[in-house]
Amino acid sequence: MSFLSATKMTGGYGAGPDILHELDLTVEKGEIAVIVGPNGAGKSTGMKAVFGMLNLREGSVVLDGKDITTLSPQERVHMGMGFVPQVRNIFPTMSVRENLEMGAFIRNDDYEKTIEQVYELFPAVYEKRDQNAGELSGGQRQQVAVGRALMTQPKLLMLDEPTAGVSPIVMDELFDRIIEVAKTGISILMVEQNARQALEIADKGYVLVQGRNAYTDTGEALLANPEVRRTFLGG
Amino acid sequence: MMQSRTPIYFALMGVLILGVGIFESWNNALFVLNFGLISAIMALGVNLQWGYAGLFNVGVVGFVALGGLSVVLTSMAPVSPAWEAGGPRALLALLVAVGVIVAAIMAWKKMAKGKVRGLTVGAILIVGFFIFRALFDPAVAAIEAVNSAQEGYLGGLGLPVLLAWPVGGLFAAGAAWLIGKTALGLRSDYLAIATLGIGEIIIAVLKNEDWLTRGVKNVNGLPRPVPYEVDLQQSETFLNLMASIGADPVTGSSIFVKLCYAALFLAVIIGLVTLMQLALNSPWGRMMRAIRDNETACEAMGKDVTARHLQIFVLGAAICGIAGAMMTTLDGQLTPASYQPLRFTFLVWVMVIVGGSGNNWGAVLGGMFIWFLWVEVEPISIFLVEIVTSGLAEDSALRDGILDRVVYMRHLTMGLILLLVLRFSPRGLLPEK
Amino acid sequence: MDFLNALVAFTNFVIVPASAYGAQLAIGALGVTLIYGILRFSNFAHGETMAFGTMVVLLVTGLFQQWGISLGPLPTALLALPFGIAAAAALVLFTDKTVYKFYRRVKAAPVMLVIVSMGVMFMMNGILRMIIGTDDRRFADGERFIIRARDFKEWTGLSEGLAIRTTQVLTIVVALITVALLFWFLNKTRTGKSMRAYSDNEDLALLSGINPERVVMITWLVVAALATVAGTLYGLDKSFKPFVYMQLLLPIFASAIVGGLGSPLGAIAGGFVIAFSEITLTYAFKKVVTYLGPDGWSPDGLVQLLSTDYKFAVSFAILIIVLLFKPTGLFKGKSV
Ligand SMILES: Nc1ncnc2c1ncn2[C@@H]1O[C@H](COP(=O)(O)OP(=O)(O)O)[C@@H](O)[C@H]1O
Ligand SMILES: [Mg+2]
Repeated sequence: MSFLSATKMTGGYGAGPDILHELDLTVEKGEIAVIVGPNGAGKSTGMKAVFGMLNLREGSVVLDGKDITTLSPQERVHMGMGFVPQVRNIFPTMSVRENLEMGAFIRNDDYEKTIEQVYELFPAVYEKRDQNAGELSGGQRQQVAVGRALMTQPKLLMLDEPTAGVSPIVMDELFDRIIEVAKTGISILMVEQNARQALEIADKGYVLVQGRNAYTDTGEALLANPEVRRTFLGG
Repeated sequence: MMQSRTPIYFALMGVLILGVGIFESWNNALFVLNFGLISAIMALGVNLQWGYAGLFNVGVVGFVALGGLSVVLTSMAPVSPAWEAGGPRALLALLVAVGVIVAAIMAWKKMAKGKVRGLTVGAILIVGFFIFRALFDPAVAAIEAVNSAQEGYLGGLGLPVLLAWPVGGLFAAGAAWLIGKTALGLRSDYLAIATLGIGEIIIAVLKNEDWLTRGVKNVNGLPRPVPYEVDLQQSETFLNLMASIGADPVTGSSIFVKLCYAALFLAVIIGLVTLMQLALNSPWGRMMRAIRDNETACEAMGKDVTARHLQIFVLGAAICGIAGAMMTTLDGQLTPASYQPLRFTFLVWVMVIVGGSGNNWGAVLGGMFIWFLWVEVEPISIFLVEIVTSGLAEDSALRDGILDRVVYMRHLTMGLILLLVLRFSPRGLLPEK
Repeated sequence: MDFLNALVAFTNFVIVPASAYGAQLAIGALGVTLIYGILRFSNFAHGETMAFGTMVVLLVTGLFQQWGISLGPLPTALLALPFGIAAAAALVLFTDKTVYKFYRRVKAAPVMLVIVSMGVMFMMNGILRMIIGTDDRRFADGERFIIRARDFKEWTGLSEGLAIRTTQVLTIVVALITVALLFWFLNKTRTGKSMRAYSDNEDLALLSGINPERVVMITWLVVAALATVAGTLYGLDKSFKPFVYMQLLLPIFASAIVGGLGSPLGAIAGGFVIAFSEITLTYAFKKVVTYLGPDGWSPDGLVQLLSTDYKFAVSFAILIIVLLFKPTGLFKGKSV
């Protein structure tokens, strides 16, 4: 069984219409899975569903063999999931270090080691550790956001468009870091606008259209698929 | 929109007032009715702002007080010696003040951004302020020196008192326009604090500008739109009438006077509700509600939301001003110290919420019902305390202590009712639609 | 021209009282701003909360005085302060549980909570008056002055006296301690940081495993303490009268907004801006001007810009100016 396996997720926001329709998402241990698709396809909604921020009408979410469908987001954090939302993913008036500390809020052990690790992974975060996170540039903020999520030492890290609004150079750098994280054995589920680059580093790719799985394959295969290339990757 | 339960609730309200008549006295019943009608008009004003436009006004007391001021300025006879002593000078000073403010605003708008502009505007305001004070202070001193025990103020225009009602509306509308112009673009809780402030300032003006209102010395003996009891008691026709129905002419005269007021107030309320219902079911009213329900969408559709808000804010305040003028007329005196926010701002809010915001009938019902409670909670509690403590000795300290405190039951009750309604029936007694 | 005496007069009548008043407003505004930052509404019942805490302090002070317990030169009220804080905390926690909690659960609009707080205000107002009535009460005991005007004149040989009351110095000292404690709590402790995190970004705080109900509870506790301290300092400095505390709502809100709603530092700055403006603009400068002018000359009038009755107008004017030109306040507040 996969490390994360979300199956047949169906549901929407509150009493509104269903946005997800029988959506399946699975991630293996230490693997990078990428979700791509047009705007409004339900990518973020799918991530929220996996993280328990949506009431699913149908479907289940299983993490590491345990059914977590009914758990709250906080409980899922305890189970080893970390989430970086697409927007508002930092505490702007708190220092960078405090952002990391808040990431470790549920931990009762000594988390200094983890902070050191985050600093090592993101030297920019270390440099700006005493500055308010709200004053940082877009790329630095995203690094802080990822760093915050890493503080719980998650086994599954979920990133919603981590490269939104950053320059191509910073984007490459962020992707490198994400690969590094995956190499430590952390599974990664990531939504990306920059489909081509993301699929290049992906072990597995999901193309979502209108809340449904349109294509699912390895990153490589999706990049090679002429249908996918034509409709979603711009030729 | 009239609902099936509307007439039932109003009938029940009538029963409550009849109850006061039967258990206490008809004089009391009419007192409750008259103030209830005035409260209902205040509630209509706030409901227009909150229920139809979502504007958060906590300066009601100020607009009500301006209505009160209008009665003095319209109906009292002018105090000629005071006018001779300093009237024109005081008016000139006020004109200068207005001129200075206009000049400052013009300078701000016309001049290019920068230090020079800030300094110029500052200079205009500061120099203007001192010129104003130099003209104003001696004028005020002269006016207030004229027979200060009885007069010491300029008086009014000596016009019929009923004219003060629309004038009160105009005063309040003017003040509301000024506030609205500056504060309506702000977030709702900033608007709330701004209106809270303006309310306090208007009350401060009424309390301290003795040349205008006699301040805490009050203006007594305001003219009445209805006959005086003493005149009635001497009138042949009235005495015959009372004799024919077998009533005591003294009680009868005071009831007759109150009935006259009630008739006037009812006329105003019916007129207002009719106008408001017409307006609110017109395209204008529908647009107002559309704006309240989705401001951003309406803005995107090219509607000038702030201008609409200004209209409705001014109209709502005007209604509160009219109510204020009516109340001062009924009281027969202006007592600036009596304008307390708890009584005239927050209580009116309880009326609107309990009645059902967004529904004019609800506002009227809420106004009358909450006023009834405000007046009757005390006697009812005293009655209850007396039953509960009937086992105690007549002079029991505990009992006296409780009876002393019972006055404040009304605050507790109002809070409790507001909280219960918000929690269990947030749309009020008569919900919108 | 007598510069020294002018300075002493100005200090005596403006700087000293405004510093004390500013400290009181600042602590009051801190309470308002914390509620706004965490619970996201303007709490109209804050004045009443201040009055309630102060009332308990006053009653306990009375008891202590009967038992003969005192602090010597310091007001007995200081000893009673913890009791007032505890009582206010119990009251606000009870209110939160019975009233506000429901609206958080249904995610009510902030303006709804403001209206709810009006209901709470009414009820607290009633309870307060039923317990203690509406009279004006003084409860400051101990040494009245630290420096007496007469002594000051003797020491310095100046013709103008400087009087510093114990309550004024006490206000400043207690305010400093309170603010230091509060900032230490908010910036250095895990719980305090979690409060700031919640205020900054509620959703992310939830994702980080911060328990919102705990944050809210701690906030109310802190607010109860701040409100009681502010109310007691004000009451010691002037007197205790329930009605006055409701009137304080305007300058307190003005302080919080001028500083930037949600910003603790802003609340403190706002408190002093409002207090100094109010007192400077309503002070009759006749004495100071007389000292500064040529010998033997004195101005005709009081040289008072505004009558003290218009002090609310000052808070209001500053509030409006700040809102028009810098809507987020001097220190960047939140705009929910
Ligand atoms: N909080 C929300 N409440 C209701 N509908 C939402 C919410 N967020 C997103 N939606 C709707 O869900 C659909 C999918 O949105 P989203 O998951 O954000 O798309 P994507 O991330 O793929 O661009 C859209 O139609 C959007 O309007
Ligand atoms: Mg998205």
